[in-house]
Amino acid sequence: MASSWILTCTWVLPLVSALALMAFPANATSGVKRFSLFANALNLVLIAWLCYLFFRNPPQAVAGSTQPILAFATDVAWFRDWGIRYHVGVDAISMSLMLLAGIVVFCGTLASWNIESRAKEFFVLLQVLAAGVFGSFIAFDLFAFFVFNELTLIPTYLLIGMFGSGRKEFAAMKLNLMLMGGSALILLGILGMYLESGKHTFDIVELSQVRFEQGFQMWAFPAVFLGFGILGNMFPFHIWSPDGHASAPTAISMFLAGVHMKLGSYGCLRIAMYLMPEGARAWMDVFLVLATAGVVWGAIVAVRQKDLKYLNAYSSVSHCGLVFLGLAALNATALRGAVMQMLAHGFITSAVFCLIGMIYARTHTRLIPEMSGLMTRMPFLSVSFIIAGFAALGLPGLAGFAAELNVFLGGFAAGSPLAVVCTALAVLSIIVTAIYVLRATNAILHGPPNAAAAQVTDATWLERVPLLLLLACIILMGLFPGRIAGLVDQALIPILNNLNR
Amino acid sequence: MGDPAMTGASAWETLGRVGYGILALPFLSFLINGLWLGRKSPRASAWTATALMGLNLALAVILAMGYRAMVLGDPQGFPQRTALLWNHTWMDFTLEPGTALAARFGFYLDPISVMMVLVISFISFLVNVYSIGYMQGDKGAGRFFPLLSFFSFTMLGLVVSSNLVQTFFFWELVGAASYLLIGFWYTKPSAVAASKKAFVLTRFADAFFLMGMLVTGIVAGGFDFAHLNGPEAAAALNHTLTAGMFTCNLLTLGTLGIYMGAWGKSAMFPFHVWLPDAMEGPTPVSSLIHSATMVVAGVYLTARLFPLFSAAEHTLRVVEFTGAFTAVFAAAIACTQTDLKRILAFSTLSQLGLMMFALGTGGSAYPASMFHIFTHAFFKCLLFLSAGVVIHAIHSNDVRDAGGLRKSLPRTYWATLIAVLAIAGIFPFSGFFSKEEILHAALANGRYGAFLAGLATSALTAFYMSRYFFLVFHGPRRGSPAHHAHGDGHKPIREGLLMTLPILVLAVPSAFIGWLSKGFFLDHVKPPVPGFAEGASAAGESHGAGLGGTIGGGAEWLPIVATVLALTGVAVSWYWYGLKKNGPGFPGRAAPLWYRVLADKFYIDEAYLFLAKRVGGRLIAAPAAWVERNIVNGAFDLVTGAVRKLAFLQGLFHNGQVQVYIAVALVGLWLLARFGSVGY
Repeated sequence: MASSWILTCTWVLPLVSALALMAFPANATSGVKRFSLFANALNLVLIAWLCYLFFRNPPQAVAGSTQPILAFATDVAWFRDWGIRYHVGVDAISMSLMLLAGIVVFCGTLASWNIESRAKEFFVLLQVLAAGVFGSFIAFDLFAFFVFNELTLIPTYLLIGMFGSGRKEFAAMKLNLMLMGGSALILLGILGMYLESGKHTFDIVELSQVRFEQGFQMWAFPAVFLGFGILGNMFPFHIWSPDGHASAPTAISMFLAGVHMKLGSYGCLRIAMYLMPEGARAWMDVFLVLATAGVVWGAIVAVRQKDLKYLNAYSSVSHCGLVFLGLAALNATALRGAVMQMLAHGFITSAVFCLIGMIYARTHTRLIPEMSGLMTRMPFLSVSFIIAGFAALGLPGLAGFAAELNVFLGGFAAGSPLAVVCTALAVLSIIVTAIYVLRATNAILHGPPNAAAAQVTDATWLERVPLLLLLACIILMGLFPGRIAGLVDQALIPILNNLNR
Repeated sequence: MGDPAMTGASAWETLGRVGYGILALPFLSFLINGLWLGRKSPRASAWTATALMGLNLALAVILAMGYRAMVLGDPQGFPQRTALLWNHTWMDFTLEPGTALAARFGFYLDPISVMMVLVISFISFLVNVYSIGYMQGDKGAGRFFPLLSFFSFTMLGLVVSSNLVQTFFFWELVGAASYLLIGFWYTKPSAVAASKKAFVLTRFADAFFLMGMLVTGIVAGGFDFAHLNGPEAAAALNHTLTAGMFTCNLLTLGTLGIYMGAWGKSAMFPFHVWLPDAMEGPTPVSSLIHSATMVVAGVYLTARLFPLFSAAEHTLRVVEFTGAFTAVFAAAIACTQTDLKRILAFSTLSQLGLMMFALGTGGSAYPASMFHIFTHAFFKCLLFLSAGVVIHAIHSNDVRDAGGLRKSLPRTYWATLIAVLAIAGIFPFSGFFSKEEILHAALANGRYGAFLAGLATSALTAFYMSRYFFLVFHGPRRGSPAHHAHGDGHKPIREGLLMTLPILVLAVPSAFIGWLSKGFFLDHVKPPVPGFAEGASAAGESHGAGLGGTIGGGAEWLPIVATVLALTGVAVSWYWYGLKKNGPGFPGRAAPLWYRVLADKFYIDEAYLFLAKRVGGRLIAAPAAWVERNIVNGAFDLVTGAVRKLAFLQGLFHNGQVQVYIAVALVGLWLLARFGSVGY
């Protein structure tokens, strides 16, 4: 397609802007911010333009085909001798995740406007992180995917270690060690597939046509799925995320939970399940149980959290569990629900972390018991918080419900007794979700205003932009999920055909 | 279902637009007032919202007239009296679009949906008018009207649902609206707690609703009511699973799940505890949401799926039992309450129980139950609005602070009298007719337990409502101590026109709507399935015949017995609270134990509190949080601790030079690019 070079621009642009930012003088804080905002806005426009082209003329899957139909594809050799190619392109799943990432990076830049010290380093790292994630979502070559994925780890470590709060070194170390452990498992699986296929290729499209031996899939599938599962916040390997979020600066929390984790669940779907479907079928009961445990456990633990960031981190464990539940149910509706839940959770959790950051900037506390009656002083932020909270608890008309409905329906439709029991438990967890969401909302926004609320002011217009953008996405997706669902279905057809082969 | 195209396409098109308008106007009011006007000028926002709701009422009337002319007037074209104005697919659940397993957004016309649209628009409009007066001077008035409009929008969307997913969609949204309005005075801790309680309890029930809905939809192959209420759906669902010692019928399981939603929303025992607490919201909210419209949604849902429910014998028994029990239970508690609004709230619970158990007794009670929804909406709304006037007048919610308001609030007094007579079931006021039908149907269906519960409820209702009436309007003016302390105890009390006008308007239907609309309910309100009404089930046939006769057709003694019971209730109450001024629980008289148990509502709220704090909090959530912190996370520390002993990680990551990291990363990237031979 004529616009394929734009797709490559989406990761080159952040990387180039990172290099350009390095040339800025160290104290040019304002210039650094403006430049990053400009770069990220431009990138968002590029992605939106690609989305527009994509949605105007979406690729239609061929019934029965196991090959994805990619838009804006580029496929050139990179390391010819090793069969490594720079193969990028998008289907509806990666396109929508690109849009999510573009929006969250843009909003995160705005949410970091109050960073004053070492702003240059912060934004350089943020741009590198963004480049890695954009590249991962479009890569259809395992090696390229892995390189981009690794590119995200170092900036994450540094951003938390340098700009974080609390036990930031510990959190950064924990996060990176666990994610690197995941990467090792992924690398193992990737190299295994490379060697096992005998095709001398890392290309996902080509490997999807290979039927790996059952024996190989039996160990390689869980390795890859688990590796991505760690990144995707799967119970019980979620433990990097609460500490990580709690210590990370706002934009990084938004990015980690909103986008980076989605890379994990995306990898589970695109690489583990698509390339090793027999392994997926054999192992899914195990992951079904882990997913359900995550949904329920995350929700229950969230009830007792006092720190807003920990609360949202455990809420994320629960909501990412729903993504895995959708994946593990292995049918069309559930898989679509999983993809929609990635998007929904991405928007919702970024909005919540963004709000927590803004509330913290005003009250200088994140502890729920220390806040009360904030609604009296900051109606805009409070109403946004309530909408985001409602979205998190799955209120219809907002993004979370549209996704959950598909996951639950797919889970029940899967038919096996285990799937039905797991789905039932997951449905029951929405009660607990309501409890922790309302507990936080009522405690911090409602009630008589206390000392923490006394000095608080409402959001500035600069702060309103990211919130309005994220909330608009949440509401639009909640009101009109049918179109997204139809597009995602097209992208799922090859994956489903492989799973049913 | 008839084909709309056959009966004048343009008329249907117009009616379709009316349908869009009915949903669009309240939503528009929500947007205009919520985003802009509410903050600019609460006063202008109040009038705008009221004007839009007035327009909405006009559209509702047009819709009802159109429905009457085009559907009811064409029995050949529409033997089931149902039609779809429009139906859009919201989301397909299968890869192939166009299958039945889809969520749709439609406008379903049948006697009960049209009746509900009329009731909701009418009462919303009146409550809006009333609120202009009631909310005057409240700091949050600009927030109040958009939320009220939002509620009307969601409630209208709920009753016109063509699809179970649409029902669930709006079901949750009315819950959210209710949450926001209960906690409207959000700086008041009791209001905040009540809003959370209402949301969480109904959410608990809704989780089961969601499960029941999904299981039912998947097994029956679709979510459309037209499909679910057909014989194929019940047949597909009627399938017993056996797992070890458990057997379960999917039809029972699915309908019970759905009924759980209704159970929570209509606050049947033991979910009833949220409704009395919901009275923390402003009185117009209690009137519109927590008595006349939202809480009947549960009854409405049960009625909407009635053909499916009636195929599930066990579910119907549960419906009957919960309804009957709640009717008596709540009525008994209402006899002892002292908070004006809580008395009315328990009365609502009790009336909802009547409607619910009527449905549970079987097919012929269906019109009776819908009839009672209809009449109840008017007199209960009136009661709440008049309670609001009283509260405004005496600045207290306590009946013990009221008394003797007959002279100072004459219009409210007479209107309340009519509503009290209506709810007590005194001939010829509206409640008499609908309650009579319920009792009659229960008897005709042979459900004697429920019938007796209905009779007991009638007597208790007459008692506690007249107790309420005598305590508030008769006897001496008592006044609250705080009030006297401020020295404004004798400030003249006035009834503002904006507040009394809706009350007086409501007094008309409270008095007359019973005998005016009885014919409509008996002739046209039937469960919407061919197999049912047209005699596929012999039982349905005989019940229908029993219903065809008017009151006294089967049991002439029933109205007499019911009236005698009601009058007895009134008499006892008059003796204790009107004449002697010394009834049980009256100020200055020690209450016996049974009375205290009743007054403390059987300590069910305390039981919930125990469950939530001790069991949910201390036995589940707290240990879970501890395990998460110390064991799940502890595993990581254990592993890294062991590795650290090997002293291998320390120096690797801790040299802190950002530039070094970035440089290494970029060099690596460059190497990759350099040695990769780029080409096709």
